[in-house]
Amino acid sequence: MSDHHHHHDHDHEHDDRPGPHGAPLTDVQLRVRALESLLVDKGLVDPKTLDELIDTYETKVGPRNGARVVAKAWVDPAFKQRLLADSTSAIAELGYIGRQGEDMVVLENTPKVHNMVVCTLCSCYPWPVLGLPPVWYKSGPYRARAVIDPRGVLREFGVDLPDDVEVRVWDSTAELRYLVLPQRPPGTDAMSEAELADLVTRDAMIGVAQVKRPR
Amino acid sequence: MNGIHDLGGMHGLGPVDAEPNEPVFHHEWERRVFALTMAAGFLGRWNIDMGRYAREQMPPAEYLATTYYDHWLFGLERLLVDKGLVTARELATMRAQGPGALKALSPADVPRALRNRRAARMDDELAAPRFKAGNRVRTKNLNPTTHTRLPRYARDKVGAIDRDHGVFIFADAHAATGEKVPQHCYSVRFEAAELWGPDGGRRDAVYVDCFEPYLEPADDASRNGPRR
Repeated sequence: MSDHHHHHDHDHEHDDRPGPHGAPLTDVQLRVRALESLLVDKGLVDPKTLDELIDTYETKVGPRNGARVVAKAWVDPAFKQRLLADSTSAIAELGYIGRQGEDMVVLENTPKVHNMVVCTLCSCYPWPVLGLPPVWYKSGPYRARAVIDPRGVLREFGVDLPDDVEVRVWDSTAELRYLVLPQRPPGTDAMSEAELADLVTRDAMIGVAQVKRPR
Repeated sequence: MNGIHDLGGMHGLGPVDAEPNEPVFHHEWERRVFALTMAAGFLGRWNIDMGRYAREQMPPAEYLATTYYDHWLFGLERLLVDKGLVTARELATMRAQGPGALKALSPADVPRALRNRRAARMDDELAAPRFKAGNRVRTKNLNPTTHTRLPRYARDKVGAIDRDHGVFIFADAHAATGEKVPQHCYSVRFEAAELWGPDGGRRDAVYVDCFEPYLEPADDASRNGPRR
């Protein structure tokens, strides 16, 4: 895992390591380094364990997992039935288990019901199928507005639902973790499961987007 | 606690700012805070509900002015001292005064540590359910200074039990004492109009996962005070 190839395409991303760019370290960077040293010196954490944890969530776990679950549900009616009846076990069939996904609930979108997921109190999110949440999901505006103005939030994401579609917002206030099963787009009958998985986005599985038909 | 973390329904925080092709982490220090928090959590001195409560205690102005992993750092430092893994002096000086009381999780044990199948769920026989799907319930008007998972916007509101998720560790007690009190956890459906009045969407609803102690029957005559 390398940090030496950061993209400098937006202004809030910086390499924290002093180097050719020569930027001084910020207070939080210094503080985190010092805290890590302290905990390592006390034998409470192993730096290699930290690297392993970072690598797991940066490269191994992510929304491609959830996309495979969705695509399988679209092509395999028996799997879909199991997925809706006992989401945790059905998702475990694909090997996606563990922390922050111990008790899963899959919510099926239909032409009449649109589900979207939030955690107003913190950042609860189904890690084994979606990875770590994006910044917007953890930030004030989404957490504040998803429950009081879900249609306004959806419009900002480009989803304009007709009035006769019911919006259900799921606030993850306990240890259940929610995954939205988006509607399969029309015109995809000939596509393979793997091709379908490539259409499924993270945002569609949070419920702030719909899966678009391929061009 | 009625903290700044309880954001549901607030106005004025601006539009949702979604970043295209967002990386998992934006800074190296975020990676380290994430991993330090996880690794320290695996030492077992605190549970996830204590972790959430620690972050909730960040002063409100600071909470809003900082980013997510700043909240994690605040919570981690607080827990390390409160739970006796680091002394206040060690944190102030960032210098170890002696070895830690517990042994670090080894890199080889990471996959096993992450693979847990059962974190908060308890055996269903440990508690009989008071409610079932379809029952109308009212959330209690609770305002503890301690940790709770009943958001302010959903207090003293009438909803319907959508489903019984089964028996889970009651977060409020777990944060306060570490005791694993078994309680049924229900998904409760609240119509948007019940939560927000005429400003709520006519066809919309919010589902909130509620532990049984948050709920009473909607027509419970023993409830204190009249319904407005």
